[in-house]
Amino acid sequence: MAEKLSKLNFDKLVEGYKDNFKMYQVLDEKGKVVDEKTMKEFSDDELVALMEDIVWGRALDERTIILNRQGALANYATAGGQEASQFGTLKGLEEGDFLVPGYRDIGVSIKHGLPMHQAFMWYRGHVGGNKYDKDFPMMVPQVVVAGGITHAMGVAFAKKRKNEKNVVLAFTGDSATSEGDFYEGINFAGAFGVPLIVVVQNNGYGISVPVHEQTAAETLAQKGVAAGIASIQVDGMDPVATYAAARKAREYALKENKPVLIETLTYRFGPHTMSDDPKKYRTDEELNEWKKKDPIVRLRTYLVEKGLWEESREEEIKKEVTKEARQAIEKMNQEPEMKIVDLLENMYEVKPQNIKEQIEKYKAKEQG
Amino acid sequence: MANLTMIQAITESLDQEMARDEKVLIFGEDVGKNGGVFRATQGLFDKYGENRVNDTPLAESGIGGMAFGLAVQGFRPVMEIQFFGFVFEVMDSIVGQMARTRYRTGGKLNLPAVIRSPFGGGVHTPEMHADSLEGLMAQSPGLKVVIPSNPYDAKGLLTSAIRDEDPVVFLEHMKLYRSFRDEVPEEQYTVPLGKAAVAKEGSDITIVAYGYMVREALKAAEQLEKDNVSAEVIDLRTVSPIDYETIVKSVEKTGHMVMVQEAQRQAGVGNVVISEVSQRAILSLEAPVGFVSAPDTVYPFGQIENTWLPNAKDITAAAKKAVEF
Repeated sequence: MAEKLSKLNFDKLVEGYKDNFKMYQVLDEKGKVVDEKTMKEFSDDELVALMEDIVWGRALDERTIILNRQGALANYATAGGQEASQFGTLKGLEEGDFLVPGYRDIGVSIKHGLPMHQAFMWYRGHVGGNKYDKDFPMMVPQVVVAGGITHAMGVAFAKKRKNEKNVVLAFTGDSATSEGDFYEGINFAGAFGVPLIVVVQNNGYGISVPVHEQTAAETLAQKGVAAGIASIQVDGMDPVATYAAARKAREYALKENKPVLIETLTYRFGPHTMSDDPKKYRTDEELNEWKKKDPIVRLRTYLVEKGLWEESREEEIKKEVTKEARQAIEKMNQEPEMKIVDLLENMYEVKPQNIKEQIEKYKAKEQG
Repeated sequence: MANLTMIQAITESLDQEMARDEKVLIFGEDVGKNGGVFRATQGLFDKYGENRVNDTPLAESGIGGMAFGLAVQGFRPVMEIQFFGFVFEVMDSIVGQMARTRYRTGGKLNLPAVIRSPFGGGVHTPEMHADSLEGLMAQSPGLKVVIPSNPYDAKGLLTSAIRDEDPVVFLEHMKLYRSFRDEVPEEQYTVPLGKAAVAKEGSDITIVAYGYMVREALKAAEQLEKDNVSAEVIDLRTVSPIDYETIVKSVEKTGHMVMVQEAQRQAGVGNVVISEVSQRAILSLEAPVGFVSAPDTVYPFGQIENTWLPNAKDITAAAKKAVEF
């Protein structure tokens, strides 16, 4: 049925887009359940395990910042505040599911199975950080912000082709949705029908540029519409909502062989990296508003009320993290220093003449 | 033996490798039912089906990312970029990701992908179709860059490329696709990557070329024979890594050299060959090395491309200048 152009109102069209993307929430800022039915899908043990993960994530973020200030690591993209977006969604995965992280998702990658000393080596800039066991289902953290989405789509294509019952989850951020690869990745995923979950952690800023300057789209979830894929917006400070959304997305992606886009509304409490000063582009007021939404506070409130949690447990977890980090640093320091010869050795499976010649040259140089 | 064009030899290589190894997957724009805009994948969709051959959306970076993900999962993707001028859209996947994977993972993970693509001038294509961009690729450690000059090599080199554990950019000069035929064995065989070939033996001067320029160099060599100059023509076949041994051996014999490339003069493959020869064999040279190339402009508008492109006449003149020095 054709429409009459006389009825056309451009602005009204655009205003309507966001109406399809209401934010999903299970636990509100005060720790009150707003979606009883979804809450009941979780056992007490699952919720306690979730709390342990996000507290662990926060403690690791704080510890990693300290280690950076001490000069033990070369740099760090902080993740404090984004625990629900990261650890909550990760909880929705199952054994064997494949993770494609970005550079801010390294703490959560440790929860996925990356040894902590290797995570630290990644920060420090040592190849050992990327030497994974063959079957470890994770891509090396991606530096090109939307690049990982196309790779994750390729991995998901492979999972489908091999008939493996696993999904691929790619973490990315708000600014990555400005890059062409974001669209190419989700568009291919939709066209080929592959089990991919893309989690856009919308923390409001691409380093310093606010999301409303990145795009005229009022939600990032709506960017999935153009690719024809299921897209939702979730409260990225609500760990139960992100957990539930990822779990539901996983089930759907595997059952239907279709991708899902999840936008999580979140905030990074700290700087972009250790060389960034967020005071130059955002206010303390704004930061404090977001701190009221802290995922740890709301889940703590809920669990303490239920008698499932005591704050002293958080101190224990912090101590455990401090110990784990110390051991990881020790292990990292035992790793041999890299040599140019080793880099040359690893360029090709079979070494061509130029590489062989340069190995000889650097062997002599590095032996002094 | 069959008498095949280069495009037929390429199709045969793809077909036989797909039959031999079910991990080999082919995808790209129009490579399925249509069999590719040059028919390189003709018949493969019907034979192997959509589990092995896929038309992709029109998006080179998506194609590259897909190849990357599939290779990480143990497949051997053979992706096609419809025309190599579109490689700029997928530079990150190829140079930023594939080429670095083995290095990045300290040798833990190989990335056995093949990037096939037509390129080259002289066939009156629109802009962004004809550029010789092999130099961009050859500057990336971790990649291999292969450019066949004839049907026999095309089949053997492509088979090697698919079996190689590292990413290989395989560039097919459009002017070679159907311009002549070769005897090509029906059975599978390989031509090693990284090994140059002596396309014609000679004793007075070494002409180093690759891709379509090998044909022009052979034409020039014929002309030079008539003028009593015996030219040896070396076909690089792989422009990264480059087989300097074969070049140096020839230069030591002839004492003269001309480098030929279709690409512009600035930077590029020819310059690195000349630089290495000057370091490895300067005392064998009896004259400055000649360098035949295109001028340093953007690839020209179609009407003027034949004047822009280097040819046998340019090569003959450069060779004479060197031997008569």
